Amino acid sequence: MTTEPNFLDQSLDTEIHQSLPLTRTLFSRGMTVLAFALTGGALLPLFAILFEILRQGLPPLMKLQEMRLLGLPISIPEVLVSLPAPEGVQDRANGFANAIVGTLMMVGIACLISVPFGVMTGIFLSEFGKRNAIANAIRFITVILSSVPSIVVGVFAYAVIVLTKLTIPIPLLNATFQTGGFSAWAGGFALSVIMLPIVALSTEEALKLVPTSHRLASAALGGGRFPTICRIVLASALPGITTGVLLAVARAAGETAPLIFTALSSQFWPQGLFSPTPSLSVLIYGYASSPFKTQNQLAWTASLVLIGLVLLSSILSRLVTRSSLKIR
Amino acid sequence: MTNFFKQSDNLKELSTETDFDTDLTSTEGEGIWLEYGFTGLLWVMALATAGVLFWMSWVIYKDAQPAVREFGLNFLWSQTWNVGQEKFGALPFIYGTLVSSAIALILAVPTGLAVAIITSEDFLPAWVRSPLGFLVELIAAIPSVIVGLWGIFILIPSLLPFQQWLFDHFKWIPLFNSEPFGSGMLMAGIVLSIMILPTVAAISREVLLVIPKELRSASMSLGATRWETIWNVLLPSAGSGILGAVILALGRALGETMAVTMVIGNSIQISPSLLAPGYTIPAILANQFAEAIDKLHIGALMYLALVLFALTLVVNIIAVLMVQLIAGNGLKNVLRPLSLAKGE
Repeated sequence: MTTEPNFLDQSLDTEIHQSLPLTRTLFSRGMTVLAFALTGGALLPLFAILFEILRQGLPPLMKLQEMRLLGLPISIPEVLVSLPAPEGVQDRANGFANAIVGTLMMVGIACLISVPFGVMTGIFLSEFGKRNAIANAIRFITVILSSVPSIVVGVFAYAVIVLTKLTIPIPLLNATFQTGGFSAWAGGFALSVIMLPIVALSTEEALKLVPTSHRLASAALGGGRFPTICRIVLASALPGITTGVLLAVARAAGETAPLIFTALSSQFWPQGLFSPTPSLSVLIYGYASSPFKTQNQLAWTASLVLIGLVLLSSILSRLVTRSSLKIR
Repeated sequence: MTNFFKQSDNLKELSTETDFDTDLTSTEGEGIWLEYGFTGLLWVMALATAGVLFWMSWVIYKDAQPAVREFGLNFLWSQTWNVGQEKFGALPFIYGTLVSSAIALILAVPTGLAVAIITSEDFLPAWVRSPLGFLVELIAAIPSVIVGLWGIFILIPSLLPFQQWLFDHFKWIPLFNSEPFGSGMLMAGIVLSIMILPTVAAISREVLLVIPKELRSASMSLGATRWETIWNVLLPSAGSGILGAVILALGRALGETMAVTMVIGNSIQISPSLLAPGYTIPAILANQFAEAIDKLHIGALMYLALVLFALTLVVNIIAVLMVQLIAGNGLKNVLRPLSLAKGE
């Protein structure tokens, strides 16, 4: 038996199909437009910066210089292999190879210090992590350490190394280890303090992903803590740890503030660990504020090289993670 | 009665993380000293890592003592900074740090929230959302000195007409009553907001994604439009997490050095105008530390570093505690934006 549509049904029908009141429609549409506009505004600086770096930084890289590498003649961009030329001199090759070497040196020193400490701390946090109040405290402190401003880390390295004058002779190598004064070693130390929490926390995350069954199996076969960790757990977690180290390297390579008054800068090749050392980031800072147009131009090229370095590290870290996932 | 948190409980059960409490240390047999030695080494190195923070605090405190003894607390509200006469005061720098961070927050929080909403709601198809989120996080990977370089040569010239327009038409507001000449507090605020935007966006996105779907469905079933749901239900429910993100971003903004130093104009005058140059604590540390020779000058700079260190320590501890409380075991939420963070 069919029912006639009565008055109640019809008014309900119109009410359901009625459009929203104007204010609500305006609010909805307006907020969507606003949200998309703000998101576009957020992405604008990224593209602007990358575009500008490519536009202004690429041309000097086109100037090639003939070199012999292992007996074969090759062409390398001049800026990557030359020292800075004095301002105004036209016939000498101008470049910032010393800054590239300096950055690699100081990041290398930082890795040497921070990777052992960081990985060990990560192992500690993942093995003792949940039971122990002290371990939770150490994790909290490490997170706080990672958010300390890098200028404060630089001040710390300045106070510890640059201000104190120590000379420690190393008997076997017939060398001395000196502090006091601006040095690559001070810059490396500052960078290691910045890298340390990142390595520690990502090592912990990587170790937590190793299944419990692996640990239990190793224990069942008679392995104590040391064999289990070193042979089984670390081997499986190695991609994750490498990712963490590469991310930390990417961050440290771009740091400027701690290096300005620990390693200073120099116009020449880095001369050992105990003298002022140039670095890409400090070079960019110096050239950006310089009144000479050629130096401003080179600042863009140095930015291109630095971003290339940072991007390379980040991409490598993602590749390592992805290849490890494939193996699993 | 529906358990609205069932979805997050399910997430915890599916976790592949080790919740492993068995102590594997062997207590007898060969290699026992290796066990003990290794465990001891772990303890030593972990305590050393934590000890770095305390070492840092002690060193900075100790080296600030000459200035603390000389100026006491008056340092914090004195305005002179005269290297020759050895009279130092921190007020211009504290003012500059706070104002530039405030501007940065005002600009970055709405933008970061917008990005978080767009990348967590389905305004866009899924294959656009993750690359979009990734691109915003990429901003954090750009070293701060490169952002400063861009700021000097591109941003300042582009925004100078805008600043001139503000000056010409709004002179009567104290905020705009100084002649703009490029670098200034407003520029520093804009550049800072670019740098802290990824932090706000990434953490807000994580917090928004964890909200159970039942809340959305319930709100929609009561007749709310999508934006009314977002505005009245989702954002308040994610409110404390977003607040944690904002405080974390504030902590980052307070300590940001290079990009700010390059665009703020480095002037020790305190001025209410946004178009006037200013100075921040990190900026003067970067500019003057390398050439500081007399003990009182170094001491005053150390005192400034101590103030900055204490300020960021308090802000960051509050932020980490908040985000940890909200996200539970979600240290990953704090870690990823931090580890992708730019250098300065």
